[in-house]
Amino acid sequence: MNRILNVSRRNFCRAGLLGGGLILAFSLPGRRALGQAAPVGGSFAPSAFLRINPKGETTIFANKSEMGQGVYTSLPMLIAEELEADWTKIKVEPAPVDPAFNHTQWGPVQGTGGSTSVRSEWERLRRVGAAARIMLVRAAAETWRVDPAACRAEKGFVIHEDSKRRLSYANLVGMASRLKAPQDIPLKDPKEFKIIGQPVKRLDTPEKITGKAVFGFDVQFPGLLTAVVARPPVFGGKMKSFNSDKTKKIPGVKAIIPVPSGVAVVAVGFWAATLGREALEIEWDEGALSNLNTPALREEYAARARKPGMAAGGRGNADEALEKAPKKLEAEYEVPYLAHACMEPLNCTVDFRGDRAEIWTGTQMQTGDRNAAARILGLEPEQVKLRTTYLGGGFGRRANPASDFVTEAAQIAKVLGKPVKLVWTREDDTRGGYYRPAWHNHLAAGLDEDGKLTAWKHTIVGQSILAGTPFEGMIQNGVDRTSVEGAHDLPYAVPNLLVDLHSPKTGVPVLWWRSVGHSQTAFAVESFVDEAAYAAGKDPFEFRRLLLENHPRHKAVLEQAAEKAGWGASLPAGQARGIAVHESFGSFVAQVAEVSVGPSGEIRVHRVVCAVDCGRVVNPDTVAAQMESGIVFGLTAALYGEITFKNGRVEQSNFNDYEMLRFGEMPKVEVVIIPSEEPVGGIGEPGVPPIAPAVGNAIFSLTGKRLRRLPFRAEELKKG
Amino acid sequence: MNDLKKPEKIKLRVNRKDYTVTSHPDQPLLWVIRENLGLTGTKYGCGISLCGACTVLVGGEAVRSCVTPVGSVAGKEIVTIEGLSPDGSHPLQKAWREYDVPQCGYCHSGQILSAAALLAKNPSPGEAEIEEAMSGIICRCGTYQRIRYAIRRASQMMAEGGKK
Repeated sequence: MNRILNVSRRNFCRAGLLGGGLILAFSLPGRRALGQAAPVGGSFAPSAFLRINPKGETTIFANKSEMGQGVYTSLPMLIAEELEADWTKIKVEPAPVDPAFNHTQWGPVQGTGGSTSVRSEWERLRRVGAAARIMLVRAAAETWRVDPAACRAEKGFVIHEDSKRRLSYANLVGMASRLKAPQDIPLKDPKEFKIIGQPVKRLDTPEKITGKAVFGFDVQFPGLLTAVVARPPVFGGKMKSFNSDKTKKIPGVKAIIPVPSGVAVVAVGFWAATLGREALEIEWDEGALSNLNTPALREEYAARARKPGMAAGGRGNADEALEKAPKKLEAEYEVPYLAHACMEPLNCTVDFRGDRAEIWTGTQMQTGDRNAAARILGLEPEQVKLRTTYLGGGFGRRANPASDFVTEAAQIAKVLGKPVKLVWTREDDTRGGYYRPAWHNHLAAGLDEDGKLTAWKHTIVGQSILAGTPFEGMIQNGVDRTSVEGAHDLPYAVPNLLVDLHSPKTGVPVLWWRSVGHSQTAFAVESFVDEAAYAAGKDPFEFRRLLLENHPRHKAVLEQAAEKAGWGASLPAGQARGIAVHESFGSFVAQVAEVSVGPSGEIRVHRVVCAVDCGRVVNPDTVAAQMESGIVFGLTAALYGEITFKNGRVEQSNFNDYEMLRFGEMPKVEVVIIPSEEPVGGIGEPGVPPIAPAVGNAIFSLTGKRLRRLPFRAEELKKG
Repeated sequence: MNDLKKPEKIKLRVNRKDYTVTSHPDQPLLWVIRENLGLTGTKYGCGISLCGACTVLVGGEAVRSCVTPVGSVAGKEIVTIEGLSPDGSHPLQKAWREYDVPQCGYCHSGQILSAAALLAKNPSPGEAEIEEAMSGIICRCGTYQRIRYAIRRASQMMAEGGKK
């Protein structure tokens, strides 16, 4: 028997359409949209995050995409905590696209990113749970004709202590759904938390170890065809003409469709589609970027970095202080374009039926993607049902304001008139753009006679990821904050600071990449502060610590990481430690890396001690997992990641030339979580920024060579 | 590649079930498993045997299905993640749950099957043997440390199970 997965018939229930259960519609005032005025009062849509059925099964609709970061567990934990739910009865389903599920901080869009999922839902989802609990308690109290205040809820039951009576939520859903939602919804004192703060097992693990989890790539149903697109070899290129005679002869090829991004080949299955694409003969107009070459671009950036840019932050008078400083140092730090390289290549399935459409895709940006498809298909957004699947990695790539993969799929579906799954091959994914921008940093620092920092200048050169997108309004006074984050607000005590920015346009499509601007500013800043420490003749850990007196959370993680790593204690011969600390997305992370360098210059990271203060912790095991993950992500970039151009063509294609860290290279990672009652911080991204500088600093400590360009190059470390 | 050759009927044995599929014999096993049999637990990651997301067992060996012509495995015993255990109770699956190994989860069918092939031959592998067996499977989320712990744990479970 063939088992064909038919996602459209999975019980993808829409809250609000189901009878017999308590559906809690609930809303909180949304906060101000990015770059927009406060919305006119009262215009808030109802929400539906929670359903308890008469069996007591409690379904939580997750409005954040699960891409590995654990939100399909941490978001339900927020509701379950206040609901006093029986955790074993909790199920999670992806929320449909609906204004009810809009981001609480981003304006009228549903999406996942910026390490905001738990932070932005912390209040709203706990209130959803609390309101439901209040109603269930009232339902029980009315049944028993007792005072609700004499009842309490516990593990899916309402209990009346005096009479020792108890009723399960399953038995109360009918009555509770006839009650009015409470106006006053007090929340627990965090001291009473039973679920939040515990290492709760992920709800998605069972599906992910049995092959049952459905990713976008796995969507299949009878009649679904597969499409791949032949795209120009150079960004901005256009198809001039094509000959598909050979393609048409390949068994299984059903259609050849020109689309704005190239030529689509539609076939029965992946193999026929890719064979069909290989057989296409296409003449391209390569456009203006066919002379793009990485060495020339690097030189251009370096030249710009020596000139003042748009002021992005500072204090005092850095130029004057630098002029006067008895000791000066200056350095340039460089990082390349990077692909996200999600393990699951991009894909999108569209079933267009003239007056409506269904879309299945792993996206981080539901509203934008749905609306883009609707525009192409000539439909109202409400006529398009977008189903969010599991994401085989996201890292920002699946949050594209240009909706590139959804747009392509909709364009093909519109012409084809049949259900179609657009897939990108690994090569398409590596060469398809929307990279982390390449960056060049010019830094200068001044020290006084005592080795104290008196001046710090940092000029940053690189493309704005917001320019030309709907988020362009966030660029203020010419400064895209995501370009300077992690640099403009240098935490170290230096009286004179200047950070400025050049945002050249190169035509290469760029996008946020896990930890965004921090992914490179931390490398520049934390490496250069290490240089300053050596110039001052101080220990790099002590030097930082003394400059962080006014930043206790930075200081605490720094001290914890150093202590746990045994900073200063001896290591096996041929190994050295490096340290770095960085704040991003509301969390503070310090890492100590233990590194050795082999005779051919090969870098080996043996151990990483990571201290994190992410405010109040929801799921400590997720925090640890995200630190491990961020370290691998950052280390992969530090050791391997590089997208380069030759005559406009991306030189990398697959994992042979765009390499990933592998099992045998995994350092031992030890995570220390600082207990904290501070507001919840982000956790998906903050583990990434410190690792590259921590490793680079260790390499310097070991070899005396300061590597200022990523990825680190073995040839620079070769002995003899 | 003989692109224009017509599809043939090919007999496959997957997860202890017999199938007859219609496919060109050169088509990679991966696509037949996913598209003809509907077993989508086996993943496409790179298409050229570099990432291991497509790993299945053929005659007990971990094999990259993305570069294995379906015609070459006709009649052989093939196991995919769906067939590793009837209910997710293989010691590796239990250990994977204990350590909550997966993040995005996309690579873990390949990870688990590679580890299963290792433990079937060598129930108590050393660290170097684990590394050798596992270094072909990329995890972009970086779950390698937990994979290592889970393999050790599964090995221990198997040893304990053997004693009982």
